[in-house]
Amino acid sequence: MSEEKEPLFSSKNLKLLTEPLNDSNPITVQVLGICSALAVTVKLKPAFVMALSVVVVMAVSNVVISLLRKTVPPRIRIIVQLVVIASMVILVDQFLKAFLFDISKQLSVFVGLIITNCIIMGRLEAFALSNKPWPAFLDGLGNAAGYGVILIIVAFFRELLGSGTIWGFQVIPEGVYNFGYENNGLMILPPMALIVVGAIIWVQRAKNKKLIESN
Amino acid sequence: MKSLRNYLDKIKPHFEKGGKFEKFESTFEAFETFMFVPDTVTKKGTHVRDSIDMKRTMAIVVFALVPTVLFGMWNVGLQHFNATGQEGTLFELFWFGFLRVFPIIVVSYAVGLGIEFAFAQYRGHEVNEGFLVSGILIPLVLPVDVPLWMVAVATAFAVVIGKEVFGGTGMNILNPALTARAFLFFAYPSYMSGNEVWTHGMMNGEGIIDSYSGATPLAEAAAGNIDKLPSIQEMFIGTIPGSIGETSTIAILIGAAILLFTGIGSARIMISTFIGGLVMGLLLNIFAVNPFMEIPAWEHLLLGGFAFGAVFMATDPVSAAQTPKGKIIYGFLIGFLAILIRVINPAYPEGVMLAILLMNVFAPLIDHYVIEANIKKRLKRAKVKA
Repeated sequence: MSEEKEPLFSSKNLKLLTEPLNDSNPITVQVLGICSALAVTVKLKPAFVMALSVVVVMAVSNVVISLLRKTVPPRIRIIVQLVVIASMVILVDQFLKAFLFDISKQLSVFVGLIITNCIIMGRLEAFALSNKPWPAFLDGLGNAAGYGVILIIVAFFRELLGSGTIWGFQVIPEGVYNFGYENNGLMILPPMALIVVGAIIWVQRAKNKKLIESN
Repeated sequence: MKSLRNYLDKIKPHFEKGGKFEKFESTFEAFETFMFVPDTVTKKGTHVRDSIDMKRTMAIVVFALVPTVLFGMWNVGLQHFNATGQEGTLFELFWFGFLRVFPIIVVSYAVGLGIEFAFAQYRGHEVNEGFLVSGILIPLVLPVDVPLWMVAVATAFAVVIGKEVFGGTGMNILNPALTARAFLFFAYPSYMSGNEVWTHGMMNGEGIIDSYSGATPLAEAAAGNIDKLPSIQEMFIGTIPGSIGETSTIAILIGAAILLFTGIGSARIMISTFIGGLVMGLLLNIFAVNPFMEIPAWEHLLLGGFAFGAVFMATDPVSAAQTPKGKIIYGFLIGFLAILIRVINPAYPEGVMLAILLMNVFAPLIDHYVIEANIKKRLKRAKVKA
């Protein structure tokens, strides 16, 4: 095996990056990480920061676990994974508290709960433990991005329809409100996030023929 | 009639395969079978068929709703004239209400049927007629001053998310009309609750006399003003503020009679719902700690949308429980929970909507256990004999 010769962005590696965006999206196809998708998507800004945090935690812990994969005894691998994820989450949490205090307040406990995000554990178990650091890094990046994209789409619709703003800026003009328009209060409530995720799954399955089960 | 039939026969080839308007076949089919009972017969196997099909079933439910619609229109006029201190003849009151209510009905039907036709066209199946009833139920459970665009949004939500994603009429797990109402209730609470939304013109305060409060009896009761409740007679006839179609118990009972006589509404569900409400009312009376809990149990059945929900919403054949025993449990729990939510939770004075939606979700579970119990019972019998 001439491992060294494989280019950094071979088609196999690129696939690790692009597949989770659509064909095996962690939220819409594997239905993981739904809890935080419902909780932090009221506004676009916290959702974006959350997505970034997950990208960082996931990419780094995937690489770390991949580096450790030959030294970790299988019997204690879960606890090792948890330690790695938890230290990353603490770093991210402290970073947010130091530089983005307002958003850190809004995200409250959900940054800490990244530890329990099943996408991360799932990828560590399924991929990082049996692959080299570089593919593991790409896989972590891809899966976290697939999660983040859905978070941002959901947050975009929830903020637009629920508060009339995008990224905190008023986008629905005052005139429309004078005309009798009202912000949709249901969009602020978590059930609507579930319905928006459902709608995304609906659109995705209608477009992506690979996802249609034959029965 | 004959000329209509001839006309339909004449244009029919255009809509069949290979015709000019092939794409609109389901639209044509919907109108044709709406006007005339289709004469297609089953060709394979033995079937016992009722002479009444789904379009005729729906038409009877709409017919049963006519008394509440007419009364609702008249009551809209009455409440407005009372609020502004005017007098009016029967016709003036009715006409006033008609002009307010009719646009809501038109919007509800136009949006709902538009979406249904679009989906039928796109998916290439027949247009289902379920919306004929939902389209009239939606206006009846709304306050009169609800903006029309909200009606449109809620109807679209109810038809797409409440029904089409599950596969259309007959597949929905929730009652579409109540889905629309729940959507509005949570999305635009200021237009769906409070004292000002139930009487036309009260929200912008045009010419309202001071002595008129506009509060529904339920709101008065929830606030503890038991002495301000209208008389039993008023509540029974329905000359009280409230959603358009829910106020008049007598008009609802006429509808119930039609549904029961034709066998379309389930008597099991209706009666057990009322019993459930009574039982909860009595329980609350026993443990009463505030005036709202002391209201006589049977008076709860006249208040708010209880009767309307029990007769027209709970009996929805799609979202209700299907087994005879299941229907009784389902109805009883609706009544039981409706009064519980209404009295104990001050945020939701109208518990009927939430109780019915909740039990819609539980109906398949109830059916599952009823069937399991039956299987177990019969297995036991089989073992004894073997």
